[in-house]
Amino acid sequence: MKKSNILQNHPFAKYLRQDRMPHIWCAGCGNGILINSFINALDELSIDLDKVVVVSGIGCIGRAAGYINVDSFHTTHGRAIAFATGVKLANPELKVVVISGDGDLFAIGGNHFIHAARRNVDIKVICANNFTYGMTGGQYSPTTPLESWTTTTPYGSIEHPFNLVHLAAASGAIYVARWTTLQVRRLKNSIKKSLQKEGFSFIEVISPCPTIYDRYNKLGTATDVMRLFKQISQVQHGYDPSKAVITKNQIMVGEFMDIEKPSYGRLLREMTIRVQEKLKGEESK
Amino acid sequence: MQKNRAVLQGTHFLSGDLACAEGALAAGCEFFGGYPITPATEIAERMAKRLPEIGGVYLQMEDEIASIAAVIGASFAGKKAMTATSGPGFSLMQENIGLAVMTEAPLVIVNIMRGGPSTGQPTMPSQQDVMQARWGSHGDYEIIALAPSSVQEMFDLTIESFNLAETYRVPVMLLADATIGHMWERVKIPPQEEIPLSWRKKPEVAPAKYKPFKPDENLVPPMACFGEGYRFHATGLTHNEEGAPATVSSEAQDRLVRRLCNKIRRNTKEIMKIEEIMLDDAEIVVLAYGITSRAALSAVRMVRKEGIKAGLLRLVTIWPFPTELVTQIAKKSRAIVVPEMNCGQLVREVERAAKTTPVLLLSKLGEEPHRPSEISSALRKAIK
Repeated sequence: MKKSNILQNHPFAKYLRQDRMPHIWCAGCGNGILINSFINALDELSIDLDKVVVVSGIGCIGRAAGYINVDSFHTTHGRAIAFATGVKLANPELKVVVISGDGDLFAIGGNHFIHAARRNVDIKVICANNFTYGMTGGQYSPTTPLESWTTTTPYGSIEHPFNLVHLAAASGAIYVARWTTLQVRRLKNSIKKSLQKEGFSFIEVISPCPTIYDRYNKLGTATDVMRLFKQISQVQHGYDPSKAVITKNQIMVGEFMDIEKPSYGRLLREMTIRVQEKLKGEESK
Repeated sequence: MQKNRAVLQGTHFLSGDLACAEGALAAGCEFFGGYPITPATEIAERMAKRLPEIGGVYLQMEDEIASIAAVIGASFAGKKAMTATSGPGFSLMQENIGLAVMTEAPLVIVNIMRGGPSTGQPTMPSQQDVMQARWGSHGDYEIIALAPSSVQEMFDLTIESFNLAETYRVPVMLLADATIGHMWERVKIPPQEEIPLSWRKKPEVAPAKYKPFKPDENLVPPMACFGEGYRFHATGLTHNEEGAPATVSSEAQDRLVRRLCNKIRRNTKEIMKIEEIMLDDAEIVVLAYGITSRAALSAVRMVRKEGIKAGLLRLVTIWPFPTELVTQIAKKSRAIVVPEMNCGQLVREVERAAKTTPVLLLSKLGEEPHRPSEISSALRKAIK
């Protein structure tokens, strides 16, 4: 079968912009698995694709917005969440999803992340965490583990990394989960759950970078890294996110936070109604 | 009957900042994203009070970078949207102004200019951001910027800014200064039906055939918004008419960037708004904009009484700059005097356009805008 036919006949063909294929990602990269899980979640929920907006920042995973066949926007570096906040509040009908990377969301865009979580804006943030800036060739990021090797830590990293799930929970997210690209079914379920909840959700996806980060750190091939994920992942729901620090020997995965809290949009709508009713009362006097 | 709360009708005593907020609401603005900053804060405060009354959204972001990002998002979600700031915030917005240019997001940025550089003089006026408005973001682009000279114009030109933004799919800048922002004057607000409003052109093709960056004959692409079923992609990367990244195509770069410039350049005559006062027989011309043009008008009247044939060219639109017009006026003039509350910014454009006619800069920094007497003595000197 011709390549174009394979694409067209694929059951998920409608979810991808086929004229943008082939994608730019390397063989063994986790981004495809993340996108696949996201598409599966959309499919299982039968969400109206005309009402979904995917926003991304800059980096390898930043290209995701261009590949998924919904309204999508590729912002400047770090600003996906701020842009998405504007979209969601301007049109509350839309499901707004931010798909971006660890450097984009937590270095240059870190301030927007904590504030959107604090406000509990109803957006879903999915972070492909590959511990590095892949697009620019493998520099250290805010999640690069201590002593890791990258092109800008030629003597090993001396920076303490963020524990993203702890940061998200402490900032006010109502749903926080972490999975590796090995736990695809659980990842998909988490995405489904976040899409059904109203409020700021955060899902961290630990993702291999076989071309750069994994190679510098001698973690082996993409398959080896998946094997490593299998060995060191420990599934536990409700685990204290402050203790879920990623180490060489352990990646705590699961749902760390699943609570309800009024979203910013809800509070805004309620306030608007109060203001307008008060005005109506004054006008009819 | 329900009162239209968006248009504050009648005659009111307002500050420039408040008039700007009311102008935005009258223009159909339903989204404000901003961050407090002197001397623009009152715009945000007024919007925070007024927007919920009309079902709009006031959003105070964590900084000005986020503010403009949210405003671009709201614009793509279908709302008329704006932000208001001053120098330091305007600096922070520059990268995303480029994003708005590149993705052709209609929106309005109000800059109540204060003294710079850096934190400078927060409560003092200036015209120091005129060139930053033109060239602040990286890369090549054209921009529209308007300079109000009264509180009434803060109202009128805010509406005009929204109309231009919607017509050309560009960020439009309203460049006022601390004096106008904080000055109180009478503002006449016409009935709503007498306020002409523009809205972005919508696509007329089926979603499958829609190309988000394919321009019409006026070089502006019709704009679909999120949630309308067009499922389009927009990116800050150089892109083709489909919106797909074209990062290594020289042809795509040339085509896109030239169109972004040309949609302003070729429509300059439609965009341009100027005021020509006593220019017919003028031997000497003051070219002024914003608050400075008021003193310039007094000065021109003053020296006319002494028999000096002076005239005033007031730029309401400062970007795009009316080069051809200034060239024509310069040909008939012995000199052009340019009072500016900076060390000489727009004067460079005037010099370029004036060719061999002498151009005299009257530069002033600090609290006070130019006095009429300062401009009139410059006119007397220039005519000798």
